[in-house]
Amino acid sequence: MADNTAAFKSVQTTCPYCGVGCGINALVDEQTHQVEITGNPSHPANFGRLCSKGSALGETVELKGRLLQPRVYGREASWGEALDLVADSLISTIEKYGPDAVAIYGSGQLLTEDYYVANKLMKGFIGSGNMDTNSRLCMSSSVAGHKRAFGSDTVPGCYEDFEQAELIILIGSNTAWCHPVSFQRIRAAKEANPQLKIVVIDPRRTVTCDIADLHLPLAIGSDTILFNGLLHYLGRKDLQNQAYIEKYTEGFSTALEAAAISSGTIEGVAAQCRLNVNDLQRFYHWFARHEKVMSLYSQGVNQSSSGTDKVNAIINCHLVTGRIGKPGMGPFSLTGQPNAMGGREVGGLSNQLAAHMDFARNDDIERVGRFWGSKTIARKPGYPAVELFDAIHDGKVKAVWIMGTNPAVSLPNADKVKQALQHCDFVVVSDCIANTDTTALAHVLLPAQGWSEKDGTVTNSERCISRQRALFSPAGGAKPDWWIITQVARRMGYEQAFHYKNTAEIFREHAALSGFENNAEQGLRDFDISAFADISQQEYDNFQPIQWPVNRTHPQGRARIFDDGKFYTATGKARFIAIEPRLPVNLPDKVYPLVLNTGRLRDQWHTMTRTAIAAKLNQHKPEPFVEVHPTDARRHELLPNTLATIESRWGSMVARVQITDSQQQGSLFVPMHWTGQLASRGRMGALVNPVVDPVSKQPECKHTPVRIEAYQPVWHGFILSRRELNITEPEYLVKIKGEQFYRYELAGETLPENWQDWARKNLWNTPVENSQWQEYQDSGINNYRAAHIVDNRLESLIFIGGDINLPERSWLTSLFAHAELEKDDRKSLLTGLPPLGVPDIGPVVCACFNVGEKTIQTAIREKNLRTPQQVGQYLKAGTNCGSCVPEIKALL
Amino acid sequence: MTVNNIKVDRMKRRLVVIGNGMAGMRTVEEVLSAAPDKYDITVFGAEPYGNYNRIMLSSVLCGDKTIEDIVMNDRQWYADNGISLHAGADKAVVRIERRARKVYALDGTCAEYDRLLIATGSKPVIAPIPGNDLEGVISFRDILDVNKMLAYSRQHKKAVVLGGGLLGLEAANGLVLRGMDVTVIHNSEVLLNRQMDRKAGKMLQTALEQRGLKFRMAATSQCLMGDEKGHITAVRFEDGSELECDLFVMAIGVRPNISLAQEAGLYCERGIVVNDTLQSYDPAIYAVGECIQHRGDTFGLVAPLFEQAKVCANHLSAHGVAEYSTLPAATKLKVTGINLFSVGDFLGDESCEAVHFTDPSMGIYKKLIIRDNKLMGAVLYGDTADGMWYQELLEKKKNISDIRDVLIFGQAYLTAAEAA
Repeated sequence: MADNTAAFKSVQTTCPYCGVGCGINALVDEQTHQVEITGNPSHPANFGRLCSKGSALGETVELKGRLLQPRVYGREASWGEALDLVADSLISTIEKYGPDAVAIYGSGQLLTEDYYVANKLMKGFIGSGNMDTNSRLCMSSSVAGHKRAFGSDTVPGCYEDFEQAELIILIGSNTAWCHPVSFQRIRAAKEANPQLKIVVIDPRRTVTCDIADLHLPLAIGSDTILFNGLLHYLGRKDLQNQAYIEKYTEGFSTALEAAAISSGTIEGVAAQCRLNVNDLQRFYHWFARHEKVMSLYSQGVNQSSSGTDKVNAIINCHLVTGRIGKPGMGPFSLTGQPNAMGGREVGGLSNQLAAHMDFARNDDIERVGRFWGSKTIARKPGYPAVELFDAIHDGKVKAVWIMGTNPAVSLPNADKVKQALQHCDFVVVSDCIANTDTTALAHVLLPAQGWSEKDGTVTNSERCISRQRALFSPAGGAKPDWWIITQVARRMGYEQAFHYKNTAEIFREHAALSGFENNAEQGLRDFDISAFADISQQEYDNFQPIQWPVNRTHPQGRARIFDDGKFYTATGKARFIAIEPRLPVNLPDKVYPLVLNTGRLRDQWHTMTRTAIAAKLNQHKPEPFVEVHPTDARRHELLPNTLATIESRWGSMVARVQITDSQQQGSLFVPMHWTGQLASRGRMGALVNPVVDPVSKQPECKHTPVRIEAYQPVWHGFILSRRELNITEPEYLVKIKGEQFYRYELAGETLPENWQDWARKNLWNTPVENSQWQEYQDSGINNYRAAHIVDNRLESLIFIGGDINLPERSWLTSLFAHAELEKDDRKSLLTGLPPLGVPDIGPVVCACFNVGEKTIQTAIREKNLRTPQQVGQYLKAGTNCGSCVPEIKALL
Repeated sequence: MTVNNIKVDRMKRRLVVIGNGMAGMRTVEEVLSAAPDKYDITVFGAEPYGNYNRIMLSSVLCGDKTIEDIVMNDRQWYADNGISLHAGADKAVVRIERRARKVYALDGTCAEYDRLLIATGSKPVIAPIPGNDLEGVISFRDILDVNKMLAYSRQHKKAVVLGGGLLGLEAANGLVLRGMDVTVIHNSEVLLNRQMDRKAGKMLQTALEQRGLKFRMAATSQCLMGDEKGHITAVRFEDGSELECDLFVMAIGVRPNISLAQEAGLYCERGIVVNDTLQSYDPAIYAVGECIQHRGDTFGLVAPLFEQAKVCANHLSAHGVAEYSTLPAATKLKVTGINLFSVGDFLGDESCEAVHFTDPSMGIYKKLIIRDNKLMGAVLYGDTADGMWYQELLEKKKNISDIRDVLIFGQAYLTAAEAA
């Protein structure tokens, strides 16, 4: 940035990606619309650290691709017209079909204030429970498990416990990639305390195993057997905490009995989970022997048809030992989204009502109705996500308003979701991005403010509420979500209840509701931030991160809950849940013999609408891929880096084959991120079975029977272009944004008549002066390569071949950084190889400093480097976010 | 016997060479190195010089080199090596008496041989059109021709070169550099159509046009017209148009110079027919160079001549192990700043696959012809750095399937493993 710092303002905000909830210091230049992002050293979630995604936030604030004006039936409209149409359509639908014919589908990306207003509108005034959110896909099993065990949706512990623990168990969590900053914190804790043991329980050998003392690659879906086995093991008189069980819990004996029946001997458990019996024994032994045990879990636990049972099976083991709510111990759900927790607090799930009250108790319904001053409050839960889109598909829900999420990609059986939205009478989408797979299906598009413009609060995994603050003034006509909802609510006749002028006002009301009749007589609720009910605008503006509850008893917040043994069940005791292990609903068979697992990548977020804007985040894993065990690859005749079709009963996708024994035999892994905007056939949601957990209604995204076969196009290729191109023909097409270029990975089933014409049509749709072409063609092996050069500057490149053996992209892409093409480079261009003497850095390992694999290998060899630290000192690789350290270790 | 200045050694056999050109003298050099004491050597040459590098004549024409520069062996060399040289127009051999094993020059000089080497080269083809005997109509074959062209260029303005082959283009380029207004008449639409494909030919034409050469492509000249002094004034084309000129250079090819051999009753077809040891039908007579016909081929480029010289010398030296076989010869055009190269079958047929590389603005065009994963031919224009490598791949018939991706880009892009 320029020297004149006076023009910059410094803003403290939070990262909009995962649930770690890192604090950010943003140095904002309003004039150039640029921002420099650094970690906030004083934020308790990250103490200055940021991961690759967070570090690259500055690259995602560009206005290109933003939705900046309301659109109504495909044309631009004024806010007035769009809001009138939304309000009128909702009213007429409700009049005709009743309140349950409308729905809101929100997102863990919404801020608490947005969420609160949306929930209030639907449940409080429209009077339907049909407000659900994409948190259903990631958190609802945890919510349900918490409520069953604790009577409340409470995360008992905090991040500080990582440093105090003696044993940390990571269950169904690729923490290294999905919660990188928490992972770095655990890694640092282990380095500081070599006694700290780490166990990773995951069918895949992910990079998280890098810090593991023990990896248990259990059979997919066998978690409940494993933890029932542990409960059975801990049930021995000398290992259980009898005093705790008696004083603070209930249901122990039935749970233990169920555990004993299902698990039997350790050998039996090992066999069912397909684990080495000694490893299993060691894990049980470690768990029993260490008082300070933390069980961190994430989507591998939650996204299952027995997700809630898995959560409770884990919690049971903490209850039997009394290890909960005290320093260094307890179950800990790593939330996926920045404000999934905030959404839960306002009642964003369709079975929740508000402020940790739900539809189970009439008292609660009356109470919330009273607080809101509504007579039309909903009295029963609405449709949870998967059922909601089924209901839309079946015509039961006629109008839906989707906010800040992309269900046409992310939901199971996503092709059906697309159809449902295509047939829906009225689809409203509020989003900050213009073109997504979901906005394409909307009748009304409402431009919401993006992360860099929004203002409000979020809650992270450890119940810590932080302020997200606007960096820039709103772009174009973009408005805050709370404002949009409020405007619609007012037009629907609810002016009085939706009088908000700013987020502080909403936050005060939310805080007030959390404390409303929250007492021993009328029923205590865990979520209570009543201390903020009268917060001033200035206090709200200066809000510092704090862990709820924040009330008269805990004015400074509370790091740990349940340390006093008081739970929020009717009896005040924690409940053991008897778990009968269930297999995943759809099992592999002869036709679909493999199991598809899905998950996140290190450098991408959700459906990539923002992370894919940051070129450096597209380097790590540029294309949709499928991980296959070597034996499966042989059996299904798949070769490395070729393409494969993966098919389930619900849909299919095409991905690049990566053969690795970190994947179990019989199971495949695909990343969850790619959409129709970036990949022609990369949407994994289309395959995922629409099966949900009976309690939490969370879909089973980690287990779908599939088959795989080689996809054999006639040609393969790639294009690099300075400008964005409009390529549609090839059957396989992936678009990747790079540093000053766009990369397109291609494969096709038919050959064009003439590659030269094809290239000119696709790379050069508008003729330019001084345009020059360099071409290479081999008729025998169907090789065609061309470079389009304008004013001696590289404009685009196309490489086509009969198979996947095309040159590395790394050197070629680096040429787009040059204003002029060097003569030597030009001569080498179509070889794809740098002229002699120019090093080829190879695939990028460290996205932060753009350090390639070959550079690292050379440095290791030539400088005799032995540790990742030495590599870091020499090349800087791995010294920023640290998430590539496992890969550097692998190179060492 | 007029061979009196050299002491005849009874032990030595006698080798007589007819033709003091590149093929003959290379053979002599090879013999001298392989069997220095085997022969008394006598050389007859119709040009009054030592031995010079004929392919450098165009460099002399354009002024890059002088005659002295291109002399390979001066008279002193012959003396130093004990070779008796008879050079000059009157020393042209006119008769071979095979039974007596004697040769006679125009002036009656006679030499006896045990082995005779015929290296009479070739003669320019003269277009059979009216007026081809006019003053100012010449060919481009020897130093005399070069001197004539230089003389014309000093006094006259307009020149026409008939033939857009290598020699014609080199002559035309030289004359342009000497200040003449030169038009090349070519019967094909493509320059160097024996060595280049259409695309390379067109690029070459553009490059030459930028140097001031003019072209009449796909044109047939009907007759040459002269003035009353019998000097050429213009060429008339079949379409009736005319082009003025003061100098008319014929460069439409050569044919083997075999009249002497034919008269001696040696078996000839288009050339003197030789076997794989370069021996003619008369076991005492060998022949090398542009005058021979070997397995149906005649020759016009220097590389096979040198190979023939090596094989022939091997047999003359009685080592008797070498066999000549014709390898694809590469072509280069000696026009400064224009790089082109072609080798082998560069057009190919249906059984062949073509690899192209083009960068018109860089002036680069390359084409490789491949059949059964073997390189069959190559045309390079603008970037000829890898010509020799392609020629080697072609000669060795190497399987190129592993390096096919980088083949056209050049040897530099081979990894160490591939190069092995």
